[in-house]
Amino acid sequence: MIRKTVANVTDALAGVKDGMTFMLGGFGLCGIPENAISELVKLGVKNITCISNNAGVDDFGLGLLLQQHQIKKMISSYVGENDEFERQMLSGELDVELTPQGTLAEKCRAAQAGFPAFFTPAGYGTEVAEGKEVREFNGKMYILEEAFKADFAFVKAWKGDAAGNLIFKGTARNFNPCMCGAATITVAEVEELVPEGELDPNQIHIPGIFVQRIFKGKDYEKRIEQRTVRQK
Amino acid sequence: MLDKNGIAKRIAQEVEDGYYVNLGIGIPTLVANYVREDISVEFQSENGILGMGPFPFKGEEDADLINAGKQTITALPGASYFDSATSFAMIRGKHVDLTILGAMEVAENGDIANWKIPGKMVKGMGGAMDLVASAENIIVAMMHTNRAGESKLLKKCSLPLTGVGCVKKIVTNLAVLEVVEDGFLLLERAPGVSVDDIKAATEGNLIIRGEVVEMNV
Repeated sequence: MIRKTVANVTDALAGVKDGMTFMLGGFGLCGIPENAISELVKLGVKNITCISNNAGVDDFGLGLLLQQHQIKKMISSYVGENDEFERQMLSGELDVELTPQGTLAEKCRAAQAGFPAFFTPAGYGTEVAEGKEVREFNGKMYILEEAFKADFAFVKAWKGDAAGNLIFKGTARNFNPCMCGAATITVAEVEELVPEGELDPNQIHIPGIFVQRIFKGKDYEKRIEQRTVRQK
Repeated sequence: MLDKNGIAKRIAQEVEDGYYVNLGIGIPTLVANYVREDISVEFQSENGILGMGPFPFKGEEDADLINAGKQTITALPGASYFDSATSFAMIRGKHVDLTILGAMEVAENGDIANWKIPGKMVKGMGGAMDLVASAENIIVAMMHTNRAGESKLLKKCSLPLTGVGCVKKIVTNLAVLEVVEDGFLLLERAPGVSVDDIKAATEGNLIIRGEVVEMNV
Protein backbone atom coordinates (compact mmCIF):
# COMPACT_ATOMS: atom_id res chain seq x y z
CA MET A 1 0.00 0.00 0.00
CA ILE A 2 1.16 3.51 -0.76
CA ARG A 3 0.90 5.65 2.34
CA LYS A 4 -0.48 9.18 1.98
CA THR A 5 -0.68 10.17 5.62
CA VAL A 6 1.12 13.32 6.75
CA ALA A 7 1.46 14.38 10.37
CA ASN A 8 -0.39 17.66 10.29
CA VAL A 9 -1.69 20.57 8.23
CA THR A 10 1.78 22.18 8.09
CA ASP A 11 3.26 19.14 6.35
CA ALA A 12 0.17 18.83 4.19
CA LEU A 13 0.66 22.31 2.77
CA ALA A 14 4.41 22.07 2.19
CA GLY A 15 5.32 23.65 -1.14
CA VAL A 16 2.51 26.21 -1.17
CA LYS A 17 3.82 29.48 -2.64
CA ASP A 18 2.75 32.99 -3.65
CA GLY A 19 1.03 33.24 -7.02
CA MET A 20 -0.27 29.65 -7.07
CA THR A 21 -3.72 28.47 -8.13
CA PHE A 22 -5.72 26.51 -5.56
CA MET A 23 -8.95 24.53 -5.81
CA LEU A 24 -11.02 24.50 -2.63
CA GLY A 25 -13.98 22.21 -2.11
CA GLY A 26 -17.25 23.21 -0.47
CA PHE A 27 -20.64 24.69 -1.27
CA GLY A 28 -21.30 27.80 0.79
CA LEU A 29 -19.69 26.88 4.11
CA CYS A 30 -20.68 23.21 3.78
CA GLY A 31 -17.76 20.82 3.29
CA ILE A 32 -15.03 23.46 3.13
CA PRO A 33 -11.43 22.51 4.01
CA GLU A 34 -11.36 24.55 7.23
CA ASN A 35 -7.89 23.41 8.33
CA ALA A 36 -6.22 24.16 4.99
CA ILE A 37 -7.82 27.61 4.87
CA SER A 38 -6.57 28.43 8.39
CA GLU A 39 -3.09 27.30 7.40
CA LEU A 40 -3.13 29.43 4.23
CA VAL A 41 -4.02 32.42 6.41
CA LYS A 42 -1.12 31.55 8.74
CA LEU A 43 1.32 31.09 5.86
CA GLY A 44 0.24 34.43 4.42
CA VAL A 45 0.71 33.37 0.78
CA LYS A 46 -0.22 36.21 -1.55
CA ASN A 47 -1.51 36.75 -5.10
CA ILE A 48 -3.29 33.46 -5.13
CA THR A 49 -6.06 32.35 -7.49
CA CYS A 50 -8.86 30.40 -5.82
CA ILE A 51 -11.21 28.08 -7.68
CA SER A 52 -14.15 27.61 -5.34
CA ASN A 53 -17.90 27.65 -5.91
CA ASN A 54 -18.34 30.41 -3.32
CA ALA A 55 -16.15 32.90 -1.49
CA GLY A 56 -17.18 32.24 2.11
CA VAL A 57 -18.63 34.89 4.40
CA ASP A 58 -16.86 37.90 5.89
CA ASP A 59 -15.34 36.11 8.85
CA PHE A 60 -15.28 32.46 7.81
CA GLY A 61 -14.18 30.25 4.94
CA LEU A 62 -12.44 32.05 2.10
CA GLY A 63 -13.53 35.33 3.67
CA LEU A 64 -10.55 34.83 6.03
CA LEU A 65 -8.15 34.94 3.06
CA LEU A 66 -9.93 37.95 1.60
CA GLN A 67 -9.53 39.83 4.90
CA GLN A 68 -5.75 39.37 4.59
CA HIS A 69 -5.80 40.46 0.91
CA GLN A 70 -4.23 37.14 -0.11
CA ILE A 71 -6.51 36.46 -3.07
CA LYS A 72 -5.77 38.01 -6.46
CA LYS A 73 -8.45 36.19 -8.39
CA MET A 74 -11.60 34.18 -7.60
CA ILE A 75 -13.16 31.70 -10.00
CA SER A 76 -16.66 30.96 -8.66
CA SER A 77 -20.30 30.58 -9.62
CA TYR A 78 -21.84 32.61 -6.78
CA VAL A 79 -20.19 35.13 -4.50
CA GLY A 80 -22.98 36.84 -2.52
CA GLU A 81 -23.01 37.02 1.30
CA ASN A 82 -19.61 38.72 1.60
CA ASP A 83 -19.17 42.50 2.04
CA GLU A 84 -15.37 42.48 1.93
CA PHE A 85 -15.51 40.54 -1.32
CA GLU A 86 -17.82 43.17 -2.80
CA ARG A 87 -15.56 45.99 -1.66
CA GLN A 88 -12.43 44.43 -3.16
CA MET A 89 -14.21 43.54 -6.39
CA LEU A 90 -15.67 47.03 -6.89
CA SER A 91 -12.31 48.67 -6.11
CA GLY A 92 -10.64 46.51 -8.75
CA GLU A 93 -8.34 44.90 -6.19
CA LEU A 94 -9.88 41.47 -6.78
CA ASP A 95 -10.35 39.85 -10.17
CA VAL A 96 -13.48 37.69 -10.43
CA GLU A 97 -14.33 35.12 -13.08
CA LEU A 98 -17.93 34.00 -12.75
CA THR A 99 -18.53 30.53 -14.15
CA PRO A 100 -21.79 28.57 -14.30
CA GLN A 101 -21.88 26.03 -11.48
CA GLY A 102 -22.12 22.93 -13.65
CA THR A 103 -19.33 24.21 -15.87
CA LEU A 104 -17.19 24.89 -12.80
CA ALA A 105 -17.70 21.31 -11.60
CA GLU A 106 -16.99 19.88 -15.04
CA LYS A 107 -13.82 21.99 -15.48
CA CYS A 108 -12.58 20.29 -12.31
CA ARG A 109 -13.66 16.83 -13.41
CA ALA A 110 -12.12 17.33 -16.87
CA ALA A 111 -8.80 18.16 -15.20
CA GLN A 112 -9.16 15.05 -13.01
CA ALA A 113 -10.04 12.83 -15.97
CA GLY A 114 -7.50 14.15 -18.47
CA PHE A 115 -9.83 15.98 -20.83
CA PRO A 116 -8.40 19.31 -22.04
CA ALA A 117 -11.84 20.75 -22.79
CA PHE A 118 -15.52 19.94 -23.32
CA PHE A 119 -18.63 21.42 -24.93
CA THR A 120 -21.53 22.56 -22.76
CA PRO A 121 -24.77 24.38 -23.58
CA ALA A 122 -24.53 26.44 -20.35
CA GLY A 123 -23.87 30.09 -21.10
CA TYR A 124 -24.44 29.92 -24.86
CA GLY A 125 -25.74 33.30 -26.08
CA THR A 126 -24.69 35.02 -22.82
CA GLU A 127 -21.60 36.98 -21.78
CA VAL A 128 -20.07 33.74 -20.49
CA ALA A 129 -19.67 32.62 -24.12
CA GLU A 130 -17.69 35.70 -25.17
CA GLY A 131 -14.41 34.71 -26.85
CA LYS A 132 -15.20 30.99 -26.67
CA GLU A 133 -15.56 28.55 -29.54
CA VAL A 134 -19.19 27.76 -30.41
CA ARG A 135 -20.29 24.57 -32.11
CA GLU A 136 -23.59 23.03 -33.10
CA PHE A 137 -24.35 19.39 -32.28
CA ASN A 138 -27.70 17.90 -33.37
CA GLY A 139 -29.25 21.34 -33.82
CA LYS A 140 -28.25 22.68 -30.38
CA MET A 141 -25.53 25.22 -29.67
CA TYR A 142 -22.64 24.57 -27.29
CA ILE A 143 -19.57 26.47 -26.10
CA LEU A 144 -16.09 25.10 -25.54
CA GLU A 145 -14.85 25.23 -21.94
CA GLU A 146 -11.33 24.25 -20.92
CA ALA A 147 -10.23 22.13 -17.98
CA PHE A 148 -8.79 23.95 -14.98
CA LYS A 149 -5.11 23.85 -14.17
CA ALA A 150 -4.22 24.15 -10.50
CA ASP A 151 -1.22 23.63 -8.23
CA PHE A 152 -3.08 22.35 -5.17
CA ALA A 153 -6.57 21.03 -4.51
CA PHE A 154 -7.71 21.29 -0.89
CA VAL A 155 -10.62 19.01 -0.12
CA LYS A 156 -12.53 17.97 2.98
CA ALA A 157 -13.94 14.47 3.50
CA TRP A 158 -15.71 12.78 6.39
CA LYS A 159 -13.57 9.64 6.63
CA GLY A 160 -10.32 8.66 5.06
CA ASP A 161 -7.66 6.01 5.42
CA ALA A 162 -3.87 5.91 5.22
CA ALA A 163 -4.09 4.99 1.51
CA GLY A 164 -5.89 8.27 0.80
CA ASN A 165 -9.29 6.69 0.14
CA LEU A 166 -12.13 9.06 0.95
CA ILE A 167 -15.77 8.93 2.04
CA PHE A 168 -17.89 12.08 2.14
CA LYS A 169 -20.97 12.89 4.19
CA GLY A 170 -24.30 14.40 3.11
CA THR A 171 -24.17 17.45 0.89
CA ALA A 172 -20.69 18.24 2.24
CA ARG A 173 -19.59 16.12 -0.72
CA ASN A 174 -20.40 18.78 -3.40
CA PHE A 175 -17.25 19.92 -5.27
CA ASN A 176 -14.78 17.94 -3.15
CA PRO A 177 -14.70 14.69 -5.18
CA CYS A 178 -14.48 16.61 -8.49
CA MET A 179 -11.34 18.39 -7.29
CA CYS A 180 -9.47 15.27 -6.16
CA GLY A 181 -6.70 14.61 -8.65
CA ALA A 182 -7.58 17.77 -10.60
CA ALA A 183 -4.49 19.66 -9.34
CA THR A 184 -0.80 18.76 -9.19
CA ILE A 185 -1.14 17.93 -5.50
CA THR A 186 -4.40 17.03 -3.77
CA VAL A 187 -4.53 17.49 -0.02
CA ALA A 188 -7.42 15.85 1.81
CA GLU A 189 -8.38 16.71 5.36
CA VAL A 190 -10.74 14.32 7.13
CA GLU A 191 -12.71 14.21 10.35
CA GLU A 192 -11.78 10.57 10.94
CA LEU A 193 -8.51 9.09 9.73
CA VAL A 194 -8.36 5.30 10.02
CA PRO A 195 -5.67 2.70 9.27
CA GLU A 196 -5.77 0.90 5.91
CA GLY A 197 -8.25 -1.96 5.81
CA GLU A 198 -10.82 -0.31 8.07
CA LEU A 199 -12.88 1.28 5.32
CA ASP A 200 -14.99 -1.05 3.22
CA PRO A 201 -13.63 -0.81 -0.37
CA ASN A 202 -17.24 -1.01 -1.60
CA GLN A 203 -18.05 2.26 0.13
CA ILE A 204 -15.13 4.40 -1.06
CA HIS A 205 -16.21 7.55 -2.94
CA ILE A 206 -12.72 8.63 -4.07
CA PRO A 207 -9.87 6.12 -4.47
CA GLY A 208 -6.54 7.12 -2.93
CA ILE A 209 -4.82 7.42 -6.31
CA PHE A 210 -6.42 10.87 -6.63
CA VAL A 211 -4.99 12.03 -3.29
CA GLN A 212 -1.33 12.80 -2.52
CA ARG A 213 -1.58 13.83 1.14
CA ILE A 214 -4.12 13.12 3.84
CA PHE A 215 -4.34 14.30 7.44
CA LYS A 216 -6.78 14.35 10.32
CA GLY A 217 -8.27 17.82 10.61
CA LYS A 218 -9.16 19.37 13.94
CA ASP A 219 -11.46 21.89 15.59
CA TYR A 220 -14.12 21.80 12.88
CA GLU A 221 -16.59 24.62 13.36
CA LYS A 222 -18.96 23.58 10.52
CA ARG A 223 -20.79 26.86 10.59
CA ILE A 224 -24.39 26.87 9.31
CA GLU A 225 -25.11 29.74 6.92
CA GLN A 226 -28.94 29.60 6.87
CA ARG A 227 -30.38 27.81 9.88
CA THR A 228 -33.92 26.87 8.84
CA VAL A 229 -36.16 24.72 11.05
CA ARG A 230 -39.79 23.69 11.33
CA GLN A 231 -42.01 23.36 14.39
CA LYS A 232 -42.76 19.97 15.89
CA MET B 1 -54.60 38.33 -8.70
CA LEU B 2 -52.35 35.73 -7.08
CA ASP B 3 -49.80 36.19 -4.32
CA LYS B 4 -46.53 34.27 -4.23
CA ASN B 5 -48.18 31.23 -2.64
CA GLY B 6 -50.90 31.34 -5.28
CA ILE B 7 -48.30 31.23 -8.05
CA ALA B 8 -46.61 28.29 -6.33
CA LYS B 9 -49.96 26.53 -5.97
CA ARG B 10 -50.73 26.90 -9.68
CA ILE B 11 -47.27 25.67 -10.69
CA ALA B 12 -47.66 22.66 -8.41
CA GLN B 13 -50.46 21.51 -10.75
CA GLU B 14 -47.81 21.08 -13.46
CA VAL B 15 -45.88 18.56 -11.38
CA GLU B 16 -46.68 15.03 -12.49
CA ASP B 17 -46.27 11.59 -10.93
CA GLY B 18 -42.70 10.29 -11.27
CA TYR B 19 -41.12 13.68 -11.87
CA TYR B 20 -37.66 14.66 -10.64
CA VAL B 21 -37.93 18.41 -10.02
CA ASN B 22 -35.36 21.14 -9.44
CA LEU B 23 -36.71 24.15 -7.56
CA GLY B 24 -34.98 27.53 -7.64
CA ILE B 25 -34.81 30.01 -4.79
CA GLY B 26 -37.80 32.23 -3.95
CA ILE B 27 -41.32 31.43 -5.20
CA PRO B 28 -40.19 28.09 -6.73
CA THR B 29 -39.22 26.79 -3.27
CA LEU B 30 -42.85 27.23 -2.18
CA VAL B 31 -44.05 24.83 -4.89
CA ALA B 32 -42.98 21.86 -2.74
CA ASN B 33 -45.71 22.82 -0.23
CA TYR B 34 -48.51 22.34 -2.77
CA VAL B 35 -47.61 19.21 -4.70
CA ARG B 36 -50.45 16.62 -4.58
CA GLU B 37 -49.87 14.03 -1.91
CA ASP B 38 -51.08 11.10 -4.02
CA ILE B 39 -48.16 11.35 -6.49
CA SER B 40 -44.48 10.43 -6.14
CA VAL B 41 -42.06 13.27 -6.80
CA GLU B 42 -38.39 13.76 -5.86
CA PHE B 43 -36.83 17.17 -5.43
CA GLN B 44 -33.25 17.71 -6.55
CA SER B 45 -31.07 20.43 -5.10
CA GLU B 46 -28.06 21.07 -7.32
CA ASN B 47 -25.55 21.16 -4.46
CA GLY B 48 -25.98 17.40 -4.31
CA ILE B 49 -29.18 15.76 -3.07
CA LEU B 50 -32.11 13.94 -4.63
CA GLY B 51 -35.02 13.27 -2.32
CA MET B 52 -34.83 16.52 -0.40
CA GLY B 53 -37.23 16.75 2.53
CA PRO B 54 -38.56 19.62 4.67
CA PHE B 55 -36.56 21.77 7.09
CA PRO B 56 -35.36 19.84 10.17
CA PHE B 57 -36.96 20.16 13.57
CA LYS B 58 -35.22 22.60 15.87
CA GLY B 59 -32.15 20.98 17.37
CA GLU B 60 -31.84 18.47 14.52
CA GLU B 61 -30.03 20.72 12.03
CA ASP B 62 -27.02 19.13 10.35
CA ALA B 63 -24.29 21.41 8.95
CA ASP B 64 -23.50 18.70 6.40
CA LEU B 65 -27.03 18.70 5.00
CA ILE B 66 -28.13 21.85 3.17
CA ASN B 67 -29.92 22.83 -0.05
CA ALA B 68 -28.71 25.11 -2.85
CA GLY B 69 -30.02 28.11 -0.87
CA LYS B 70 -27.63 27.03 1.92
CA GLN B 71 -30.59 26.28 4.20
CA THR B 72 -30.56 23.30 6.55
CA ILE B 73 -32.81 20.54 5.22
CA THR B 74 -33.62 16.85 5.71
CA ALA B 75 -33.41 13.83 3.43
CA LEU B 76 -36.44 11.63 2.75
CA PRO B 77 -36.37 7.82 2.54
CA GLY B 78 -34.84 6.89 -0.83
CA ALA B 79 -32.70 10.03 -0.95
CA SER B 80 -29.17 10.09 -2.36
CA TYR B 81 -26.17 12.41 -2.17
CA PHE B 82 -23.71 13.03 -4.99
CA ASP B 83 -20.94 15.36 -6.15
CA SER B 84 -21.44 18.57 -8.14
CA ALA B 85 -20.38 17.09 -11.49
CA THR B 86 -22.89 14.25 -11.09
CA SER B 87 -25.54 16.76 -10.05
CA PHE B 88 -25.12 18.73 -13.26
CA ALA B 89 -24.94 15.50 -15.26
CA MET B 90 -28.52 14.96 -14.06
CA ILE B 91 -29.41 18.45 -15.23
CA ARG B 92 -27.40 18.67 -18.47
CA GLY B 93 -28.25 15.09 -19.34
CA LYS B 94 -31.98 15.91 -19.11
CA HIS B 95 -32.66 13.41 -16.35
CA VAL B 96 -34.39 16.09 -14.28
CA ASP B 97 -37.94 16.36 -15.64
CA LEU B 98 -38.94 19.85 -14.54
CA THR B 99 -37.08 23.00 -13.58
CA ILE B 100 -38.90 25.83 -11.85
CA LEU B 101 -37.08 29.11 -11.41
CA GLY B 102 -37.55 32.83 -10.98
CA ALA B 103 -36.71 35.56 -13.47
CA MET B 104 -36.19 39.30 -13.71
CA GLU B 105 -37.20 39.35 -17.39
CA VAL B 106 -38.48 36.90 -20.01
CA ALA B 107 -38.64 37.71 -23.73
CA GLU B 108 -41.27 36.57 -26.22
CA ASN B 109 -38.70 34.25 -27.88
CA GLY B 110 -38.05 32.45 -24.56
CA ASP B 111 -34.87 34.30 -23.57
CA ILE B 112 -34.45 34.70 -19.83
CA ALA B 113 -32.51 37.16 -17.67
CA ASN B 114 -32.24 36.41 -13.96
CA TRP B 115 -28.67 36.84 -12.75
CA LYS B 116 -27.24 40.30 -13.24
CA ILE B 117 -28.27 43.94 -13.09
CA PRO B 118 -25.64 46.28 -14.56
CA GLY B 119 -24.41 48.77 -11.97
CA LYS B 120 -25.38 46.54 -9.06
CA MET B 121 -23.22 44.03 -7.19
CA VAL B 122 -23.12 40.85 -9.26
CA LYS B 123 -23.50 37.80 -7.09
CA GLY B 124 -23.13 35.27 -9.87
CA MET B 125 -25.28 32.89 -11.88
CA GLY B 126 -24.84 29.84 -9.64
CA GLY B 127 -26.44 26.94 -11.47
CA ALA B 128 -29.01 29.01 -13.37
CA MET B 129 -27.20 29.01 -16.74
CA ASP B 130 -26.71 25.24 -16.67
CA LEU B 131 -30.34 24.73 -15.71
CA VAL B 132 -31.89 26.94 -18.39
CA ALA B 133 -29.55 25.76 -21.15
CA SER B 134 -30.26 22.10 -20.50
CA ALA B 135 -33.77 21.57 -19.19
CA GLU B 136 -36.50 20.79 -21.72
CA ASN B 137 -39.26 21.68 -19.34
CA ILE B 138 -38.74 25.05 -17.66
CA ILE B 139 -41.44 26.97 -15.83
CA VAL B 140 -40.71 30.52 -14.76
CA ALA B 141 -42.39 31.75 -11.59
CA MET B 142 -42.50 35.52 -11.27
CA MET B 143 -44.50 38.68 -10.81
CA HIS B 144 -45.88 39.99 -14.11
CA THR B 145 -44.45 43.47 -13.49
CA ASN B 146 -41.53 44.84 -11.48
CA ARG B 147 -41.78 47.14 -8.46
CA ALA B 148 -41.93 50.17 -10.78
CA GLY B 149 -44.96 48.60 -12.50
CA GLU B 150 -43.04 47.82 -15.71
CA SER B 151 -43.68 44.60 -17.59
CA LYS B 152 -41.27 41.72 -17.10
CA LEU B 153 -42.62 39.94 -20.19
CA LEU B 154 -40.80 41.76 -22.96
CA LYS B 155 -40.16 41.81 -26.69
CA LYS B 156 -36.46 41.56 -25.87
CA CYS B 157 -34.64 41.30 -22.53
CA SER B 158 -32.82 44.46 -21.49
CA LEU B 159 -30.70 42.75 -18.81
CA PRO B 160 -27.74 40.41 -19.47
CA LEU B 161 -29.11 37.02 -20.50
CA THR B 162 -28.99 33.80 -18.52
CA GLY B 163 -30.06 31.69 -21.48
CA VAL B 164 -31.56 31.99 -24.97
CA GLY B 165 -34.86 30.60 -26.25
CA CYS B 166 -35.33 28.27 -23.31
CA VAL B 167 -38.46 29.28 -21.38
CA LYS B 168 -41.59 27.30 -22.28
CA LYS B 169 -44.10 28.33 -19.65
CA ILE B 170 -44.57 31.28 -17.31
CA VAL B 171 -46.84 31.55 -14.28
CA THR B 172 -47.25 35.06 -12.90
CA ASN B 173 -49.56 36.75 -10.42
CA LEU B 174 -51.82 37.56 -13.39
CA ALA B 175 -51.64 34.69 -15.86
CA VAL B 176 -50.35 31.39 -17.19
CA LEU B 177 -48.59 31.83 -20.53
CA GLU B 178 -46.82 29.59 -22.98
CA VAL B 179 -43.93 30.78 -25.16
CA VAL B 180 -44.85 29.96 -28.75
CA GLU B 181 -43.29 30.89 -32.09
CA ASP B 182 -44.55 34.47 -32.22
CA GLY B 183 -44.96 35.48 -28.61
CA PHE B 184 -46.67 34.77 -25.29
CA LEU B 185 -49.79 32.66 -25.72
CA LEU B 186 -52.25 33.48 -22.93
CA LEU B 187 -53.54 30.21 -21.48
CA GLU B 188 -55.21 31.21 -18.23
CA ARG B 189 -55.94 34.35 -16.24
CA ALA B 190 -55.73 34.63 -12.46
CA PRO B 191 -58.99 34.99 -10.47
CA GLY B 192 -60.36 38.51 -10.77
CA VAL B 193 -57.94 39.47 -13.56
CA SER B 194 -59.23 40.44 -17.02
CA VAL B 195 -57.59 39.83 -20.38
CA ASP B 196 -57.24 43.60 -20.68
CA ASP B 197 -55.34 43.75 -17.36
CA ILE B 198 -52.90 41.17 -18.74
CA LYS B 199 -52.59 43.00 -22.06
CA ALA B 200 -51.73 46.21 -20.21
CA ALA B 201 -49.06 44.46 -18.14
CA THR B 202 -47.39 42.64 -21.06
CA GLU B 203 -44.91 44.47 -23.27
CA GLY B 204 -44.10 41.50 -25.51
CA ASN B 205 -46.51 40.15 -28.11
CA LEU B 206 -49.51 38.67 -26.29
CA ILE B 207 -51.48 36.09 -28.27
CA ILE B 208 -55.11 35.51 -27.38
CA ARG B 209 -56.93 32.61 -28.97
CA GLY B 210 -60.61 32.48 -28.11
CA GLU B 211 -61.93 32.36 -24.56
CA VAL B 212 -59.25 32.58 -21.85
CA VAL B 213 -60.23 30.47 -18.87
CA GLU B 214 -59.75 31.47 -15.25
CA MET B 215 -57.14 29.51 -13.29
CA ASN B 216 -58.40 26.87 -10.92
CA VAL B 217 -56.39 27.55 -7.75
